Amino acid sequence: MMISQIFILSSKGDHLIYKDFRGESSSDVVTTFYQKITALTGDQPPVVMSHKDLHFIHVRHGGLYWVATTTGDSSPFTIIDFLNRLSSLVRDFCGGLSEKSVQMNFALIYELLDEVLDYGYIQTTSSDVLKNFIQTEAVSSKPFSLFDLSNIGLFGAETQQSKVAPSSAATRPIQTSREQGGKQEIFVDVVERLTVVIGSNGVVMKADVEGEVRVKCYMPSCSEIRIGLNEELSIGKSQLRGYGSSVRVDECSFHQSVKLDEFDNHRILRLCPSQGEQTVMQYRLSDELPSAPPFRLFPTVERDGGGRLLMYLKLRCDLPPKSCAINVCTSVSVPKGSLSLSQELSSPDQSSELNQQSRAITWRIPRFSGGTQLSALFKVEVPGLGPSSMMEVGPVCLTFELPKFTSTGLQVRFLRLTPLQPGPSQRWVRYTTHSDSYTIRI
Amino acid sequence: MPYLCGEETVKELRRCLSNPHVQADPLRYRNTILRVIRAMSQGVDVSGLFSEMVKACATVDIVQKKLVYLFLCSYAALNPELSLLVINTLRKDCQDTNPMVRSLALRNMTNLRLPSLVEYVEQPLTAGLKDRAASVRRVAVLGWAKLHNLQPTSEIDATVVNELYNLLRDPDPVVMVNCLRALEEILKEEGGVAINKPITHHLLNRLKECDIWGQCEVLRILQRYQPQSEDELFDILSLLDSSLVSPHPPVMAATLSLFLSLCSGLPAVSLAALERVCGPLLAACGSGSREMRFTALCHIQLLLRSVPGLMGAHYKRFFCGYAEPAYIKQRKMQVLVELVNDENVIMLLDELKGYCTDVNTDTAQAAISAIGRIGRSYSDKCFVILTGLLGLKQDHITSAVVQTMRDLVWVCPQCSDTVCSALEGCEETLQDVQGRQALLWLLGVYGERISSAPYTLEVFIDGVRSEASLGVKMELLTAAMRLFLCRPAEMQDMLGRLLHYFIEEETDMCVQDQALLYYRLLRCGTEETRKVLQGRRSDPSLGVLIGRPAEPVSQWACSFNTLEPLTVSAVETEPSSRGSPEHTKPKTDLSETLNYSQNENLYSDSPGRCSESSTNVLASSFVAPLSLSLSPAVSPEEFERLWLQQQTLHTEQGAEKKEETDDSVWVKESIQCSTIPHCSPQSLQAAMQLVNIQTLAFTPPNTLPWRVYLYTHTQHMSSAEMSYNNSLILGELLYTGGSGGEPSTAEGEDGHVTKELEGTAEMGGWGNGKKEQVKVTLKQQPRDDESLRGFLSILTTVLHTLSSERG
Repeated sequence: MMISQIFILSSKGDHLIYKDFRGESSSDVVTTFYQKITALTGDQPPVVMSHKDLHFIHVRHGGLYWVATTTGDSSPFTIIDFLNRLSSLVRDFCGGLSEKSVQMNFALIYELLDEVLDYGYIQTTSSDVLKNFIQTEAVSSKPFSLFDLSNIGLFGAETQQSKVAPSSAATRPIQTSREQGGKQEIFVDVVERLTVVIGSNGVVMKADVEGEVRVKCYMPSCSEIRIGLNEELSIGKSQLRGYGSSVRVDECSFHQSVKLDEFDNHRILRLCPSQGEQTVMQYRLSDELPSAPPFRLFPTVERDGGGRLLMYLKLRCDLPPKSCAINVCTSVSVPKGSLSLSQELSSPDQSSELNQQSRAITWRIPRFSGGTQLSALFKVEVPGLGPSSMMEVGPVCLTFELPKFTSTGLQVRFLRLTPLQPGPSQRWVRYTTHSDSYTIRI
Repeated sequence: MPYLCGEETVKELRRCLSNPHVQADPLRYRNTILRVIRAMSQGVDVSGLFSEMVKACATVDIVQKKLVYLFLCSYAALNPELSLLVINTLRKDCQDTNPMVRSLALRNMTNLRLPSLVEYVEQPLTAGLKDRAASVRRVAVLGWAKLHNLQPTSEIDATVVNELYNLLRDPDPVVMVNCLRALEEILKEEGGVAINKPITHHLLNRLKECDIWGQCEVLRILQRYQPQSEDELFDILSLLDSSLVSPHPPVMAATLSLFLSLCSGLPAVSLAALERVCGPLLAACGSGSREMRFTALCHIQLLLRSVPGLMGAHYKRFFCGYAEPAYIKQRKMQVLVELVNDENVIMLLDELKGYCTDVNTDTAQAAISAIGRIGRSYSDKCFVILTGLLGLKQDHITSAVVQTMRDLVWVCPQCSDTVCSALEGCEETLQDVQGRQALLWLLGVYGERISSAPYTLEVFIDGVRSEASLGVKMELLTAAMRLFLCRPAEMQDMLGRLLHYFIEEETDMCVQDQALLYYRLLRCGTEETRKVLQGRRSDPSLGVLIGRPAEPVSQWACSFNTLEPLTVSAVETEPSSRGSPEHTKPKTDLSETLNYSQNENLYSDSPGRCSESSTNVLASSFVAPLSLSLSPAVSPEEFERLWLQQQTLHTEQGAEKKEETDDSVWVKESIQCSTIPHCSPQSLQAAMQLVNIQTLAFTPPNTLPWRVYLYTHTQHMSSAEMSYNNSLILGELLYTGGSGGEPSTAEGEDGHVTKELEGTAEMGGWGNGKKEQVKVTLKQQPRDDESLRGFLSILTTVLHTLSSERG
């Protein structure tokens, strides 16, 4: 069970990184891999491909192919987990994951690979250990600036009176903090992914939340942090604490470095974070959301006399009034052969378009405040529209981000560092929920 | 992509590298070397710069050293002589005070992969094993494995092997794991590193010190260990229990693999482990990495082969996400089909229906065939969806629906009416070859019930000149022949034209031959033709219950946590649906006729479970062999008709009369087998099929009253007449729970009249007061006492075997 070669390709097939650990096969396999992956037909799963007795396993991150070649008896769990870990190491050390950052930091990546794998065997993937061995400095693709607010990203850049960390804040190489005496910062992110299916009658058929607490640490001398979660947090179905709206998750698991002695009574996680990013806690909640799902849709779909499809969509955002959803993108499947679209939207910052390839109308709403309602009228020209074509209308799928919001209600009460940092240090706690798959049937 | 101007680049780089000004300026020198490496990883052949790079090796700058080593290791094999020059620098570095430099030098020394350098490398490697710094020891240990693989023929020094075994006790866990890896490679011929009791316990105790990669390695190697006692085995298992539910999928998978190999003799423990591992596997299915999701899904499919209902409660986790790639959606649908049950079928079908109009045609077709699979157990609900989909009039959907209907009707002939009425008019939308083949097959087989069948065929026959597909032509020919047999007036002219065209003008030999064959067949007369063409309309091996029998865990345990489940296109649960169903082999060919005498042996293996007298009776009465067979199949409707018809006759007529009325006999019997009603339907069905008894319908396990209906055909050679006596046996197993104590009264209340056969009266013991009894009611037609007794004893054996397995 070992890895023979590791290579990184751009989406266009450019060779970015290639390292052979065992000298068992030549570098031609890189080209072979790219030929195979581009020649795959729809129903062939791409994750594992074989060429003679060599097996390619790859994952995709940052638009790149991260490929390992190995023998048939290898554990796919191990290799895929390793490739994922490798890409997050590269992101930590290079401060971002893109074709450009990999190209600029190739020397560093080779150094990493040299330490992470020897003779194809995984040695260590801990960034704390690795940072002692890595000598090359990361080249950042863009200079870091706290005032870089042009990029409205995952975490939203809404500037209130309180300070909000820009989305780019946590995408910088971990090593610069040492050399340049960079900001001593620690980020705790609570990130949730929401999967919801709402039936045509408005009943929630499935609601799942997968969440994690991530710590990003840019503090070389941090010995221990304490993260306090909601005290009323309960785990599992049977356990109920206190009255009223308790925060509940079904299952949770922790990173092995987390000390849980204060968790049972006070819901405090203690850990000594390594530099870079790590997932401290993962949890999931199935079927019962503490509040209503964030969006409800009230559709009216009919045919008019001239063979046009009329869709009147009323979308309501059920978030609390102070919260809002950003980058909402609603996509409605329409019948095959739909030709053109005319629309009436309620404000000029929204937009919509018909994509014939994917047979869908996308309706984009840049910002959607909680407790409000938006509507849109779409008229679609469909030649040969029959009664059965209505089956092809829908489902409606939404993608969105909910900054500063967790759908389970999980919150970080406090974040304490011990010992207290000598210099100025900044602690950030950020919340975000985004849609994994949010489907509403019509 | 390799740069086209590679040569230019190399020339320019060489100029730079040999420029003394550049060499004098460390930063410029390093940057030039960086450019060399960049060119190298882009695929430019920079091997020509080897001598320049060798010079660049002598530096104190560690970054530069690393880069140069990377270059040298890539090209050393092309320049063995020049590589010799590097060795001195490397050996010097091995004495460096900085452990990072030492480990770097040692690693690259062994990475040069030059057999000629082995003599220079051995000494630093030996020293490296005893180095103070763990990082150097890690490198040195693996260095020996590299060295050994360079010269696989040479004897490895026994002292080195001993030293490596000693280093298993190294305080650094990575050194320990590397020792395992190195020994595994060095001792490959002897079967790898020796795993004895002390080593195993040492490794297990230190498991927690390792990181997840090390744990996986240790767990994998421990699979070779054979615990010496059951106590030891359970100690190991309880030690590993926390790893089994590890949040890290690699550790969880490696632990389960180890569990399965340790417990290969204890199926109950394996099954418990499978249940335990559900949680982490489901979590991996919801992982953020889609590759991880896919891997977990593929492995869940393996688990479901042994425990079909394992994740039934969690079926919603397998609903497809909107943006998931098609290959994940397809796997999820395959899993969903396995998880269907009475409670979730409506939700599940509703969800699958949503996928049928997916933009991706592969996903849509997979969803349709998934509905078809569910249709085997819930045909009404599925046909509503399938016929609804035909209304969309889209070629890929119609094609998939017609294929699905063909496959469905092959296993559920009772659905044929629905199919026939749905087929009208779909030939207009069908475009692809598979879809049209399926339609033609259905038209041929069920043509007499589809009024428009000849007209549909006419369209095909008129367009045969422009038909490109061989498969469609063959199917068209057969369909036309079959339809001619049942509707000669409408078909005669058309068939004539088709045969004429195929024989005179067709260029493909296969089609021409087939047409000639049919032509000659027709000349022998329609009866002959009918005998040849009127084949089966349904799969003879299948009854109503379509659940796959549970496979033993050992069937797939060895491929768990390997790449195999990910590369296999799907866990194939049915014959591929490409061709006509009748061309695929029925499943039960192997045990089509099983000799009775084997069962008699089985029977005598379990003495004491049956009363002495019955054994004697049975043994004495069997001189001629009895064989059971499943064909011809009895459809559930037919079964019901025969069963009920006889029962009413029973009640209406006198007890003595009834056997003679239609030459059939009823027998009631009870068999002691305590745990049968708790048995899973799959294992019962599998066990019955092994001896060629077909189970038709079940109540779920643990419900009262618990019933099973079954049938078989007996073939029994009568010793007197030297001829075969065939009979059909229908049966019902009934378990009413604790209330079955006094069967005779219950019988009276039921009002069923039964006559117990002489000789079998003492067999089960109606009145012995045991509570855990299964009542067996059998009906045989025509009557054949000997074979009936034979059948009873086979049935008893099967039930006993099953219940002893459970117990």
